Amino acid sequence: MSITYGGDTITDSNGGVLRPISSVMRNRIINGAMVIDQRNAGASVTGNAGVYSLDRWGNFGTQTGKYTTQQNAGSVTPPVGFTNYLGVTSSSAYSVVASDYFAPFQCIEGYNIADLNFGTANAKTVTLSFWVRSSLTGTFGGAFCNIDFTRSYPFTYTISSANTWEQKSVTIVGDTTGTWNTTNGRGLFVQFGIGVGSTYSGTAGSWASAYYASATGATSVVGTNGATFYITGVQLEVGSSATGYEYRQYGQELALCQRYFEICNLTYTTYANGSNNVYAAYPFKVQKRATPTMTNQGTSYGGYTITSLTLNSGAPDFSDNFSNVFQSVSSGGVNGAGMSRYATLLTASSEL
Amino acid sequence: MYKQCKNLETGVISDCVKRIADNAFIPFDPANTDYQAYLKWVADGNTPESAE
Repeated sequence: MSITYGGDTITDSNGGVLRPISSVMRNRIINGAMVIDQRNAGASVTGNAGVYSLDRWGNFGTQTGKYTTQQNAGSVTPPVGFTNYLGVTSSSAYSVVASDYFAPFQCIEGYNIADLNFGTANAKTVTLSFWVRSSLTGTFGGAFCNIDFTRSYPFTYTISSANTWEQKSVTIVGDTTGTWNTTNGRGLFVQFGIGVGSTYSGTAGSWASAYYASATGATSVVGTNGATFYITGVQLEVGSSATGYEYRQYGQELALCQRYFEICNLTYTTYANGSNNVYAAYPFKVQKRATPTMTNQGTSYGGYTITSLTLNSGAPDFSDNFSNVFQSVSSGGVNGAGMSRYATLLTASSEL
Repeated sequence: MYKQCKNLETGVISDCVKRIADNAFIPFDPANTDYQAYLKWVADGNTPESAE
């Protein structure tokens, strides 16, 4: 028997395709097993636009307060092989209007889809697979889209049994046109529609030059008060069929997430000199995708309340590698007070 | 809503803005999506508050 290597496949003499059991970066989705939850540590959050629930999983929403999202919401048993899932719960019976869209999503960085060759004649076929469970049954939808929301590929899948985990896969022929980023910006959005109006719902199974969040006729989860939509084991890989979920070590998955979001526990001491400003440098655990947005979470230590945070100016002091920060404390800078110790919690976000 | 930031040591306006809703400091990095949202907000005719 001879074996031929041709691009992404290995073919035997009978024409059979041998699929590798594992490879580096087979799954382009980060935190597809929903294990990492740095921001909320399992707490429920409202799935408003701009809100991230589990790491790397954001939310598109044109209205506020229509659903909550939480790691392991409802505490059901995950599918075999998984210990966590992303759970969405509808907060009301909201009837979407044409211009509404609600969709948990993950945006894959351009660097991580560069080899897909989207936007060229060599665009590769990819397959999305996932486990899903809902209190509703019927046709559900989602969509892929590009950096500037000018190319979309709506897809559908069917949930046959209520409150039962089902594994789904969707194969998408790569887009041969459109603008597809291949650097550190937005690469490819993977969206799961949970209530999308007609304006942002398109025909399933083909690329379109428009923004769609789902497929026409898909079930609206936000349309039923208390309806649930749980998902885990999300994988996007090259090829026309789904392979087994690519498990990663916890530390590896965490580090992948920290390229986009990191909690910075900053501890520092300062010698009181009459100023209530303190200064510290913080090297990030993982280099960020871009210079991150930093937020003071307001915790303090040493008896002094952190009242403000100012970042130093200039790229060298505030970059994808580290930040230098000034903070104002309510007191403690009294001359002669000696050394003061502070601790504060910052977050650094360079999400897509 | 946004507010300009300034360097506490030098008093110079910094290369970032503060998002008032959550006191997030947004750097002027074109690849930062929060900065992209800020630019759109400015393009829509809005102006950040002055630094204190």
